[in-house]
Amino acid sequence: MLPLAVEPTTLQVVWYLLIAVLWIGYLVLEGFDYGVAMLIPFVGKNEKERRVIVNTIGPLWDGNQVWLLTAGGATFAAFPGWYATLFSGLYLPLFLILVGLIIRGVSFEYRAKNPEAAWRTTFDWMAAIGSFIVALVFGVGFANFIIGMPVALAEGSQHLHVFTGGFWSLFSPFALLGGVVLVVLFLFHGANFLALKTRGAVHDRAKAFSTKAGLVAIVGGAIYLVWANLAYGWGLVGWLLTVVAAVCLIASWLAIRGGRQGWAFVFTTLATLFVAVWIFGRMWPNLGFDNSAAAVPLDVTTASSTPLTLTIMTGAAVVFVPIVLAYQAWAIWTFRKPISTKNIPDDVAVAA
Amino acid sequence: MSPETIARWQFGITTVYHYFFVPVTIALSLLVAVMQTKWYRTGDERFLRLTKFYGKLFLINFAMGVVTGIVQEFQFGMNWSEYSRFVGDIFGAPLALEALLAFFLESTFLGLWIFGWDKLPKKLHLLAIWLVAFGTMLSAVFILAANSFMQNPVGATYNPVTNRAEMTDFMALLTNPVFLATFPHTLAAAYMTASGFVLAVAGWHLARLNKANRTELEDNDVSAFRWAAKFGAWVLIISGLATVLTGDFQGKVMYQVQPMKMAAAEALYETAGGNGESAPFSLLTIGSLDGSRPVFELHVPFVLGILAKGDPYAEIPGINNLRDEYTSRLDAGEFNLPVDAEPNELQAAYAQTLRTVGVDNFVPNIPVSYWTFRIMMTLGFIAMGIGAVTLWLLRKDRLPKPGAVLNLALLAVVLGPLFANSAGWIFTEMGRQPWIVAGVLPTASAVSPGVGAGSVFATMVLYTVIYGILAVVEVGLMIKYVKLGLPAEVPPVELKGEDDVLSFAY
Repeated sequence: MLPLAVEPTTLQVVWYLLIAVLWIGYLVLEGFDYGVAMLIPFVGKNEKERRVIVNTIGPLWDGNQVWLLTAGGATFAAFPGWYATLFSGLYLPLFLILVGLIIRGVSFEYRAKNPEAAWRTTFDWMAAIGSFIVALVFGVGFANFIIGMPVALAEGSQHLHVFTGGFWSLFSPFALLGGVVLVVLFLFHGANFLALKTRGAVHDRAKAFSTKAGLVAIVGGAIYLVWANLAYGWGLVGWLLTVVAAVCLIASWLAIRGGRQGWAFVFTTLATLFVAVWIFGRMWPNLGFDNSAAAVPLDVTTASSTPLTLTIMTGAAVVFVPIVLAYQAWAIWTFRKPISTKNIPDDVAVAA
Repeated sequence: MSPETIARWQFGITTVYHYFFVPVTIALSLLVAVMQTKWYRTGDERFLRLTKFYGKLFLINFAMGVVTGIVQEFQFGMNWSEYSRFVGDIFGAPLALEALLAFFLESTFLGLWIFGWDKLPKKLHLLAIWLVAFGTMLSAVFILAANSFMQNPVGATYNPVTNRAEMTDFMALLTNPVFLATFPHTLAAAYMTASGFVLAVAGWHLARLNKANRTELEDNDVSAFRWAAKFGAWVLIISGLATVLTGDFQGKVMYQVQPMKMAAAEALYETAGGNGESAPFSLLTIGSLDGSRPVFELHVPFVLGILAKGDPYAEIPGINNLRDEYTSRLDAGEFNLPVDAEPNELQAAYAQTLRTVGVDNFVPNIPVSYWTFRIMMTLGFIAMGIGAVTLWLLRKDRLPKPGAVLNLALLAVVLGPLFANSAGWIFTEMGRQPWIVAGVLPTASAVSPGVGAGSVFATMVLYTVIYGILAVVEVGLMIKYVKLGLPAEVPPVELKGEDDVLSFAY
């Protein structure tokens, strides 16, 4: 953490924290959606099993995805400079994410609309590959925020920053490892969710997969986090978070081995949370940018909106974030019962 | 092509495509909610069957609206980073609120509605679809408030230290006269689209079922579809009238805050009306190749003055006159778009800076503005006419006869309002040019400086390919599920045992 030229205001701190919360909500909730979707072709051995898998996330994934849209919108509203430079700087990676979100987003609804095997296989792979792309690119992206994306003022502008690193600079070894680790973490998290929400053969296979994915996640996560702390660390608190995240991953692995899939899911949730907190701690206050070549730095103070906008947005967030959390929790509760192939109707109902 | 031109094409393609799905999402959610409410109140199974049938069509459409909508939110930062930085303090807030208040609501409760038939009490399940419908409308509030700011940038001023527009009054965004006109106009147009769709699907089935020796189930189908066709026709006619009235209101606001757009919509090159003369409405104007003067004109007197000011003898400024006026205002450092209304605060505050930035040409593309405006109105009136004919064809116990003419009319009542929406948006966005924020930020200044034309072009081609493939899939599914007709439905029962079969699963 570097000292700032100007001290950030309370509102700027609050909004940085809120954006971190929105990202954590996204990573935790869509994390298991992506993991489950990637597992459709591998854990589902027949059509009914694949339908069981799809139906565990069917009612929830769309609401979960809104956390990403809200994180994006909140960044735009609270830190327009951050939004402008990040989204234009990561042009092609974001395009890949959008393609991933598009092909997975139509899959769940459309696979159900036609019973032909070829049709369904196509959409299963679209869901799996789309989720894989999004997880991979976000993993690479967050690793680059940890490293710090080099920025400079755009030609002729005193206020707009542009990313100066170039597309291929995004694929450093650390960044590639970040991509793989996020994919593995989501596979682990998703397999835990699947084990929690299913019974019978799908449950058994999800559990077996989770015990294997868990080991890879622990080893890969440990390398990634130690590397991150050594090369881009931000002090004792960072190391402490790393240890806690590692303990959570190990606890999750022990829990799933012991048949406690509820606890396993809680611990992958916590591991995701602590890793995200580490990353956002590292990104303070430069927002994941490397300002060494920038005449004016791009950070929480220079990227921010006015106090009026931040105040209005704070009011809205204080009222509506708890409401959203309440009804999303209620939705998860409504669909809490684990399902098996016995619950799946034979033919796809023609009705909504 | 310049990066600006390619970025504009990309925005145009992805936005027009996204908007193929938006009107049906906004309005069909509520029409389905009405059908389910009728079932809830009467227990009449016809309405359950209609709810499930149109609900399924709604979902096929909704999926496309969601995935193409994400592109929209990302695109501002990706292709228009200077725009995002310049107006983010104002424009970002409605986008964030849209996600927080509307997207969460509609997607969470849609999940509950789709999968909740046997899990929620009937009343709560009905509430879910109403909340979806409410969420889609709330979403329209925020995104139209954001767009209205681009047409008439109220509630903001210019800060030369940060070199950006900054918010002075949030409520001004929601009381922006452009927003107050655009919101009901857009909503009414959405209802025309969805009701035209409900009508067309029901009408096609009625013609198919117009035969002797119907089974008992088919009789039930006829009865259900008759209700749906009439319901669609009435909603179409009423929302059509609302579209006309709100469009008239919108025209008057446009004349106040964007007189050049009004002039372009009319291909009115020289100031008309005033001093006891009337400004005519153009039925057909063909401009010269350089777009500076008309070659052929066919007019109706009085109408333009009434459209713009509610006064047949009003003076309506022409394109060439406005261009001269704007040029001298720019040179004087006192730039402002309105000529017959209060000056805009942000435009006035930015005028000195704008003079150093410079503006190449104050005139939007006239043929595009002129023709999209007319296509929009013509398609809308045709759809309303088909709605009225439908009611006539279904009078007493009559059913429509199958045939090519009927099919053509039904296709027109689906695609007419849909393409009228597209034309209206193309008009309002192209007519705003050369500005991205009217009278303040030229579109050319707004593009991302760090993004190469090659990247924008490549992604534009790929979006088009992906969207094209998805369009084939979507239309194919729509036709398949339209043809399947009403499901033979049993009312859902709440689940008890853990091995009970779900009444609905993907």
